Amino acid sequence: MIEFIKGVFILSGALFMLLAALGILRLPDLLTRMHATTKAAALGVILIMLAVALHFGEVDVVARALAIIVFILMTAPVAAHVIGRAGYFVGSKLWSGTVKDELRPNYDPLTHELKSGMETEANARREPKESDPS
Amino acid sequence: MEIVILISQVLMALALILAFVRVVRGPSLPDRVVALELFASIVVGLVGLTAIQSDVSSFLDAAIVIALMGFLAAIGFARFLERGGPRDD
Repeated sequence: MIEFIKGVFILSGALFMLLAALGILRLPDLLTRMHATTKAAALGVILIMLAVALHFGEVDVVARALAIIVFILMTAPVAAHVIGRAGYFVGSKLWSGTVKDELRPNYDPLTHELKSGMETEANARREPKESDPS
Repeated sequence: MEIVILISQVLMALALILAFVRVVRGPSLPDRVVALELFASIVVGLVGLTAIQSDVSSFLDAAIVIALMGFLAAIGFARFLERGGPRDD
């Protein structure tokens, strides 16, 4: 039974990784490619590490496999966010079929300032605080 | 079990090849960084499979280190992109 579950985990993990690679090859722009790779590849690694934990079944190995899973779950979103942000700032082109880019009209790439469209003269003025670094 | 592991290794090698095509073709540097991050994930999976295949649990330490290096490389590349340096992509 454990052999069967292990085999299912390994095969589906490998399939998810193949899917991620297919996505990074076929999708049209940076953000869609990241959407394919971060989630599918993380799920693939998680499934294979679960298979490793099932295969060994000892406390220390299971702890290490779970540590890898937790690490992947914590780092994959952070890395995706950081690369996506950098890619947007660098000015990588969006796909021609993109429906909406809400950052484009409200964001000034030179000063990194973001507008909400609700500013008045009074609340847009900058007021220095005590806690500001000098 | 041997056959399942073999099939999975073939699938993941294929995934490595596809990601490598994107590294070579990628129109800009961020695309290549994403592909390299995928590389790190796939290699972690392959090392896990090797641990199962050879019944040596020490391979998991290598997997942890590879995952850590992939994350740090992604952060470093992103900072490099945002700060702006000499680029040739």
